[in-house]
Amino acid sequence: MHAALAAALATALAAGCASTSAAGPRDAGAKPGASSTGDAYPSTYRAIASAPVLVTGATVLTGTGERLDGADVLMRDGRIVAVGRGIDAPADAVRVDGSGKWVTPGIIDVHSHLGVYPSPGTRSHSDGNEATSPVTAAVWAEHSVWPQDPGFHAALAGGVTSLQILPGSANLVGGRGVTLRNVPATSYQGMKFPDAPHGLKMACGENPKRVYGQKGGPATRMGNVAGYRAAFIDAADYRAKRSAGGDKAGKRDLKLETLAAAMDGEILVHIHCYRADEMVTMLDLADEFGFKVAAFHHGVEAYKIADRLGADGVCGALWADWWGFKMEAFDGIQENVAIVDRAVNGCAIVHSDSEEGIQRLNQESAKVMASARRAGIDIAPERAIRWITRNPAQSMGILDQTGTLEAGKRADVVLWNGNPFSSYALAEQVWIDGARMYDRHDPSRQPRSDFMLGRGAAAGGGR
Amino acid sequence: MSAVRGTRRFAPLAALALLVATMPALAQDLLIRNATVHTATARGTLQGADVLVRNGRIAAVGTGLDAAGATVVEANGKPVTPALFAGITAIGIDEVSGEDATTDTTLALGAASKEMVVRPEFDVTLAYNADSLLVPVARVEGLGFTLLAAGTGEGGSIIGGQGAVMRLDGSDQPAGPKLLFVQLGGGRAAGLAGGSRAAQWMLLDQLVDEVRGRIPAGSNAALLTPAGRDTLKRYFDGGGRLVVGVDRAADIRELLRWSKRHGVQVAIRGGGEAWRVAPELAAARVPVFVDPLDNLPSNFDRIHAALENAARLRAAGATVGFSQAGDSSHNARKIRQLAGNAVAHGLPWEDGLAGLTRVPAEAFGVGGELGGIAPGMRADLVLWDGDPLDVASVARQVWFDGRAIQMHSRQTELRDRYLRPAPDATRGDLPRAYPTPAR
Repeated sequence: MHAALAAALATALAAGCASTSAAGPRDAGAKPGASSTGDAYPSTYRAIASAPVLVTGATVLTGTGERLDGADVLMRDGRIVAVGRGIDAPADAVRVDGSGKWVTPGIIDVHSHLGVYPSPGTRSHSDGNEATSPVTAAVWAEHSVWPQDPGFHAALAGGVTSLQILPGSANLVGGRGVTLRNVPATSYQGMKFPDAPHGLKMACGENPKRVYGQKGGPATRMGNVAGYRAAFIDAADYRAKRSAGGDKAGKRDLKLETLAAAMDGEILVHIHCYRADEMVTMLDLADEFGFKVAAFHHGVEAYKIADRLGADGVCGALWADWWGFKMEAFDGIQENVAIVDRAVNGCAIVHSDSEEGIQRLNQESAKVMASARRAGIDIAPERAIRWITRNPAQSMGILDQTGTLEAGKRADVVLWNGNPFSSYALAEQVWIDGARMYDRHDPSRQPRSDFMLGRGAAAGGGR
Repeated sequence: MSAVRGTRRFAPLAALALLVATMPALAQDLLIRNATVHTATARGTLQGADVLVRNGRIAAVGTGLDAAGATVVEANGKPVTPALFAGITAIGIDEVSGEDATTDTTLALGAASKEMVVRPEFDVTLAYNADSLLVPVARVEGLGFTLLAAGTGEGGSIIGGQGAVMRLDGSDQPAGPKLLFVQLGGGRAAGLAGGSRAAQWMLLDQLVDEVRGRIPAGSNAALLTPAGRDTLKRYFDGGGRLVVGVDRAADIRELLRWSKRHGVQVAIRGGGEAWRVAPELAAARVPVFVDPLDNLPSNFDRIHAALENAARLRAAGATVGFSQAGDSSHNARKIRQLAGNAVAHGLPWEDGLAGLTRVPAEAFGVGGELGGIAPGMRADLVLWDGDPLDVASVARQVWFDGRAIQMHSRQTELRDRYLRPAPDATRGDLPRAYPTPAR
């Protein structure tokens, strides 16, 4: 469980004060919160004030597994107020006719590199992999994010309201990921999802051994695992010293601080891992050091261990159909997501890892549904939508705030021109915290990056 | 290892194989009855129509056709299309992209980017492996033919070499003429031309001089082998088409000027900014193979990339087809998604289908044979369970020369192996690696 850390905490720490995190007093022993240091780079995101909105008579997929036909959605003060039939609107509400259209929660991508590998993809913009050492747990992806990446706005047109920006997969431990609201801002802090936990990006398999095989290792899969274990042994030692406090605590170590926070459950662990056997190894590693895996990413062989993932409560954040670009991706099948979804307690996520795919996660999901249907597995839209809303929110520790259309949650809502699971589906309007941030038919609600200025009105920029 | 538990029972596989089961393997006489036939010809779409195949060729398209002796397939109004274009790919010459020993796409005889080796005679069809696992993976999704492309890389030149259309029916010989692959613009291509795209035109003109005899063999300026000279001469004399990878509007305009000056036939692949040159492309009758999903300014050659690229090109009268920017080989099946999204962003539906059928067939020299449903054409056909341009649909059956293929691939076999309930060792079940007990 993640506990929100007040920004003030970081200040207090910097001043050398003893302080308390929401997770518990710092002298309360090893767990929880022994490694808490607060967030020195706090969110400055503020919801944009807007009038209440009532979408009427739409087909609503709530993200909780429900489908409501001819239903209304009321947003007010940035929150979902009600979902159902015949909702009364406040007098000042903007009414949106949803007849013939579909409404879903805002789309969430658990695996994006927008901002850290932005467009244009110049050498100078390549900021996603600190490929200087196999374990770079000290780095934070947010410190690489270029908020002017036009890809953010293209993703918004695809209905994406929240996304996790991760470091790349060159390293055994790549660093911290950050969850953003998909709103234009001049700083990433202006996009940072308030109170969302950090992610930790780890990677198994081919990438680390390819990158470091001629640079001091690891050069093999066994070297990879030895590398994780050594790092967590150091982190466990650091964690014990920090929680003992006093003179023994020593100075902060950013790398070990991150790993210790992952062991404390304050940072959620996201592991790039393709092969079934390696995922099982990583589950044992997690047991060995007492951390939990939030999700395996890419997992093209997740279908081979779907029952185990469900039993362990680990999500599979997967592509619909990518395969074959390297050996560990060779066994990819188009039913991967469906088989992970089918398992008892299965948590399937459709992720993008792509500035193109993030624009149409609805279509990626539609491909899974079509392949599954061909294999005799019928998946209803109200279930499939969870792959790109509720389930990623759960794996990112923000399900209490977004990911479903339930009263009290942030009003992150997409209005589609029809069934979203189609090549022809287009997001017509996208609300973030109840503010209309994108409207396909209103150019005044179509953001453009600074980078796209001066290039003519009809330029692309992902629109 | 914790015990695997909680396997849910699942519905038995849909019996799509029933269609196949009723057909003798060699039957090439076929009647598909009562289909929505998307002919990809001037006849357009015919509702409730039959397609009659005799000896592997389309014999007739119409209503109430006589099926004497033919295998009959009831389409129940479902769409039938020509087997689709799989894109410009490396299917059969790129098995595992990350493993050099399994890829044959690109020639690199020179040392890095400072040494250019021009070998237009390089022909990737000689390395084509019809046994590639990628072939069944692609064809069970309704893809029937691909343009096999020569790549461009360090140690080669902006002229990658030759390729040709290959059918995905297991045949290993090209189905059409050779085409020459050229890469222009920024990035890799600029690196292969001394770091400036201006030098690309300098080099191409130098090659024209050499082919025309103005640079004698053995001269310091000569770049070609005798075979290379013969090969390039054919293309520069208009006897074959160049498939040119180029994105930036300025470079496309220069390509149009250069190809007109020398009388060279070209097609464009990529064309990220092609919509800005649409009227000129239409006037020059240069077909453009775009990826409308590649809509971001991913580099300085694609600042004006847009989802509406295909629609704007077509509206100006240009000929539009599709080609993927990403892994076009393993993900060849994704090409339908390109067309559907182009339609969602303004391209007429029939043009979306044409971009996957008639347009590539005609541009790459197999028009009248592939990419259409009309008498005399090869009966490479697909029956779909819905709109073929929608990701919500899949291919139900594919035919080559009127013969139904087994709708299997390594991926469906993996799927079926792991769809089975987990084996229970306590009941004596063997691991999944063992054959399924006969039912």
